[in-house]
Amino acid sequence: MANANVPADLRYTKEHEWAKREGERVRVGITHFAQEQLGDVVFVELPKVGTKVTSHKTFGVVESVKAVSDLYAPISGEVVEANAALVKTPELVNRDPYGQGWMLVVKASSAGDWDQLLTAQQYEQFLAEGAH
Amino acid sequence: MDAPLKRTPLFEAHIAAGARMVPFGGWEMPVQYTGIVEEHRTVRSAVGLFDVSHMGEFEVTGPEALAALQMLTTNDVSALEISQVQYSVLCLPDGGIVDDLTVYRLAADRFMVTVNAANIDKDWTWVTEQSRGFRGATWRNVSASTALIAVQGPKAEALIGRLADRDVTAIGYYRFASGRVGGVDTLISRTGYTGEDGFELYLPATNALSVWRALLDKGASDGVAAIGLGARDTLRLEMRYALYGNDIDETTNPIEAGLGWVVKSAKGDFVGRDAIEKVRVAGPRRKLVGLEMADRAVARHGYPVVKDGHTLGVVTSGSYGPSVDKSIALAYVDSAHAAVGNDLGVEIRSQARPARIVKTPFHPSRVKK
Repeated sequence: MANANVPADLRYTKEHEWAKREGERVRVGITHFAQEQLGDVVFVELPKVGTKVTSHKTFGVVESVKAVSDLYAPISGEVVEANAALVKTPELVNRDPYGQGWMLVVKASSAGDWDQLLTAQQYEQFLAEGAH
Repeated sequence: MDAPLKRTPLFEAHIAAGARMVPFGGWEMPVQYTGIVEEHRTVRSAVGLFDVSHMGEFEVTGPEALAALQMLTTNDVSALEISQVQYSVLCLPDGGIVDDLTVYRLAADRFMVTVNAANIDKDWTWVTEQSRGFRGATWRNVSASTALIAVQGPKAEALIGRLADRDVTAIGYYRFASGRVGGVDTLISRTGYTGEDGFELYLPATNALSVWRALLDKGASDGVAAIGLGARDTLRLEMRYALYGNDIDETTNPIEAGLGWVVKSAKGDFVGRDAIEKVRVAGPRRKLVGLEMADRAVARHGYPVVKDGHTLGVVTSGSYGPSVDKSIALAYVDSAHAAVGNDLGVEIRSQARPARIVKTPFHPSRVKK
């Protein structure tokens, strides 16, 4: 059962980040479910290019009107791009979480991390179980 | 175990509308329907409906009703005309704020006060115990039988006008009138918590749903929408209206909170008078100020206000302000550093982020004066 809000070609974390493979690099953002739960995103704090991130560890925060939430790295590696558009227009995270609302591009340091991530099917299952 | 959350008469309507419900002051309330920013803009540009039936209402009647209120509240109730409303606070003997409230003069010897939802039980105990000496004042807690719907925004007057059996354009700011709205007996009050023109409708709880539906129906052409507590908070913050439990509480006094204008010591004795006068004469140690953040990081309740490594105060409320398009906050700051224009910092996640003290309200008020 395909869900338009859980693209099949991405991998996911239980903290509601998505990861997209682009050759050696992995693009990272938060899922449709995550942005919906947060409500209007008003601020995103991301690491600078060159920063090392570690899978399962926080790499930044996203703030909505009501709350502040940590962002967790799906994979370990070095940040090679951070989405500068989110400084002025953080609402892109709500509007287009899998597109213009992306957050980081990471050069993966360990190929094994990818296989630990949830597939779209597993993530859908996780959502269906009511996990937050 | 926690007591079960209470529900307003409009609970089912909120669920049907797809609202996200959250616990608030012991109640299960809608925090948003479609989104906080969108709802905020609806109120600023059109008209929004707020279910604030969780708020409490007490009536006090009798030959000593006025004297009891004069002793309990800081503002001068004797200055209230019939059909007039007054903002005020209840204080402890040490000047700490028990609650903020509005006082309605229904008749010469009959009043209604509206109190915060989370404080209903505390306030009821406080007012009845503190006014025990006034045997000619009888209190009645009508919170459960009273629904309260706020209709706020530039199109509120036109919408209420279409549903009311009387002219509402003549009701002045902080005045009220009786009338039928959607066929239901209502106290129509020109008050609110948004900085926009608008009304608050007090009506029997049993009729709340029919009036709510009529307002949504008749307001469709105005772009009416139901508004949750999330936008209620951003709207009031832009106006610098205090929120009990955030900006004011039993550890804050009215002078430092900028509420000296509701303390009328010349009226005679009242609970807290001496303590508040001392603060007024000596000058408050700290002041509630408005902060504008240089970037979009949100300064939230409890975050330290700093300068050159020293803590000078604490944030009491903060949010992105949709109408000012900035991150804004209220904070208590040491009086020596509380001047408008001062550059301070707010410590957010261990990092001092630039904040400037600015004039408030953050957004111009458009209430009907």
